[in-house]
Amino acid sequence: MTGRGVRAGSSRQTEEASVRRSERTPRRERVVALVTGASRGIGRATAVALAGDGFAVACNYRGDDAGAKETVRGVEDAGGVAAAFRADIADENQVQEMLREIKEWSGAPLVLVNNAGVLRDGLTVKYPLHEFERVLRTNLSGAFLCARETLPAMLKARWGRVVNVSSAAGIRGNAGQAAYSASKAGVIGLTQSLAKEYGSRGITANAVCPGFVETTMTEDFIDKHRDRLIEQIPAGRIGAPEEVAGVIRFLTSEEASYVNGAVIAVDGGTTA
Amino acid sequence: MERPELEEKVRKVLAENLGRDFEEVTLEARLEEDLDADSLDLVEAVLALEEELGVKIPEEEMESIKTVREAVDLVSAKIEGGE
Repeated sequence: MTGRGVRAGSSRQTEEASVRRSERTPRRERVVALVTGASRGIGRATAVALAGDGFAVACNYRGDDAGAKETVRGVEDAGGVAAAFRADIADENQVQEMLREIKEWSGAPLVLVNNAGVLRDGLTVKYPLHEFERVLRTNLSGAFLCARETLPAMLKARWGRVVNVSSAAGIRGNAGQAAYSASKAGVIGLTQSLAKEYGSRGITANAVCPGFVETTMTEDFIDKHRDRLIEQIPAGRIGAPEEVAGVIRFLTSEEASYVNGAVIAVDGGTTA
Repeated sequence: MERPELEEKVRKVLAENLGRDFEEVTLEARLEEDLDADSLDLVEAVLALEEELGVKIPEEEMESIKTVREAVDLVSAKIEGGE
């Protein structure tokens, strides 16, 4: 499964480039996938799913050492390969340092899942600007930074996959979520621009838009409003992280090679 | 690195990245008009030059490169400047 996409490139340049690479370093058996925010929730489920497809998964996290270790253990227990890399994706230097470490570990990622995100609810009239900017910085600028730093290797390989985790709140607004919703709508714009910029090079960029999913980020809100929320969801239930991870896994696969710039709701029908 | 060696190296990298024969990539060749490079081709060529020659070319300076000779000049200045 993995590596096939990289070798499948048909242009002369690609073949020459891969020959040059293999002269310098032994061919890497596994393609590296970077999943940001992998210490819990959708990120953790995605790390496990991608490892199951044969990727070596670089699990980024910001602060939750224990959570990141648990994700790595989960991957290893299932027979996969993973390692944890600490970095705040809102910080340019930390992102660059993390990518240096990942390259040393197992090579430059050719799959990027921009999953890390923060959420702080509040009505606009009382919402502090610094909080608004913090949410945008992580959710939107962080995704941009990780894409910018991983794309050169994908361009060289003439193959790559970027999957950005947006949100149902990026498609429809949510009262009390102006910052989060704006950041996630921005992620869709980023995704579609990347799709057009690099679509000619075997690189796809797609967005998934989860609705309500049981994760630590959303647990307080979901617990408080469960009955009312479920009324709005045609599926009649809250989603599981694995149900989002399955879509992400598909988008990183060879089967999804003609899916580019798509915005896929994974919300039990909520935004339909 | 001596100038002729650098010229040859830059021409080689550009030829590879733009899918051209080495002979076509003369110093006078214009990247867009003569070598058919679009903006993404140029970015890729610059990434390759950066990697091959260990230099860093900022975006603003990249946009000023119109010919192969200008690419050599810029890379040469970067190498001498120790950047």
